[in-house]
Amino acid sequence: MDQISGADTAWMLATTALVLLMTPALAFFYGGLVRAKNSLNTMMMSFVALGVVGLVWALLAYSLAFSEGSALLGGTANALLAGVNTEAKGTIPHVLFMAYQGTFAIITAALISGAVVERMRFGPYVLFLVVWSLVVYAPVAHWVWGGGWLMTRGILDFAGGTVVHINAGVSALVAALVLGTRKDYGRQAILPHNVPFTLLGAGLLWFGWFGFNGGSALGANGLAGLAFTNTFLAPMATLVVWALLDYARTGHATAVGGATAIVVGLVAITPAAGFVSPLGALALGGLAAFPSYFAIVLRSRTRLDDSLDVFAGHGIGGLTGALLTGVFASKGWNSAGADGLLAGNPGQVAVQALGAFTSLLYAGVMTFVILKLLGQVVALRAAPKVEGLGMDVSQHGEEAYASGEGSILVLPAEEGPALAPAPSLTPHVAAR
Amino acid sequence: MKLIVAIIRPDRLNEVLEALYRAEVRGLTVSRVMGHGGETDRVETYRGVTVKMELQEKVRLEIGVSEPFVDITVNAILASARTGEVGDGKVFVLDVAQVHRIRTGERDEAAVTPPQPAEV
Repeated sequence: MDQISGADTAWMLATTALVLLMTPALAFFYGGLVRAKNSLNTMMMSFVALGVVGLVWALLAYSLAFSEGSALLGGTANALLAGVNTEAKGTIPHVLFMAYQGTFAIITAALISGAVVERMRFGPYVLFLVVWSLVVYAPVAHWVWGGGWLMTRGILDFAGGTVVHINAGVSALVAALVLGTRKDYGRQAILPHNVPFTLLGAGLLWFGWFGFNGGSALGANGLAGLAFTNTFLAPMATLVVWALLDYARTGHATAVGGATAIVVGLVAITPAAGFVSPLGALALGGLAAFPSYFAIVLRSRTRLDDSLDVFAGHGIGGLTGALLTGVFASKGWNSAGADGLLAGNPGQVAVQALGAFTSLLYAGVMTFVILKLLGQVVALRAAPKVEGLGMDVSQHGEEAYASGEGSILVLPAEEGPALAPAPSLTPHVAAR
Repeated sequence: MKLIVAIIRPDRLNEVLEALYRAEVRGLTVSRVMGHGGETDRVETYRGVTVKMELQEKVRLEIGVSEPFVDITVNAILASARTGEVGDGKVFVLDVAQVHRIRTGERDEAAVTPPQPAEV
């Protein structure tokens, strides 16, 4: 019988909270990149995952991912949290393990929203999250972590490069293709409305990611220390390389580029965090800048409106990380892992590629099917007029930056305005 | 010469600018304004407090043009700013007593004609 460790439990309690913070952080990262009229909607697309995906996870998806089942899918033994109690799972309470893994399911689903912002209706988006978490996230998590077929083949995915990032990245790509471009895309300049939000989001994501990777050791031990340190180092290299690329290409090191670089570095180190040396992490982080950087440059010249470059960041970044894990992994740093290409085991790269590409294919096809079926029942997109007005007012009945000018308080007990209409001050009102 | 003042919807601004550019109308001033054109009030709710947004965001364009450009400019705005819904805005054409170009001191027709005469 497993014993609960006080130290491990304390660390995992903290990391669960850290990873949960990543979803609000993502809301700021994405929220800053869209236009002001869509900023609340964009942030709500992340925040709502905290509710619906968390619920779906607790009621069913956790069981499908982590309870015993076949090589392809878990069973229903833990559905409705049956048997998820304070007894040890590994060295931490089972309930805590469930909560920790739940935070991953939430952020993964929220990541996809970046591809469909400024045009997807809120209701259909929420339905999509529910179905996607059950049909895509839970099975892939089972394959890699829950005792499924990729786990038995020896894939190295420390904290979710495949399960989280490739999965979300390719789903985002497909979702952007199914939804189509925003009406203004390629016709007008669509600029970020608040770059400081995006920097704040990137910083908080990094902070939360220490829980994401450091906690994936599932204990307070040397492995957690390695994963934590690699999470500290890799994005630094990505940030420097990215800034140099930016400078060489445009003559400026941009702030949006810096924020993007941090996220790409974090994505790339995720599968490798507990398997590579700190110097390996630096090399991996630096190399990871190239594919994602050029993917973003190329994508913006196409008609593919993956609005916030989820595929370039998480899909390409995750793919790079998964493959480079097979290059840099070393048993000298984690005896429970495997040796990679540089340690004389080229076969590991093949296993990594197999895992990455099957997940990519599965998530891509299933996302397409889910959205096409959902699109038969409800309209996925807002009407062009609604898109022009903005998603904040149309989907939520609120504005991010309401001035209050010209607004009239409606008292609940009365019909109509409580106060007389504001006097007409502007000349053209008088002229009508 | 005339001063054309147009009040339009903010989300039509890019279409209007594009139409004016195609009509070779150069030189204009744009400002964000609040106003009301009789459209249905928008209702928003914040923590149970419901408010009606009486004034809507609008954009005001001011364009000084020479006589041959008056109809061209008005027609470009009418065609590009129209959605058919209440609240599309207005175009006013005003007589102008004098115009001075600050850089050169030119006045009236010369001051509202773009610098390269080849363009007209």
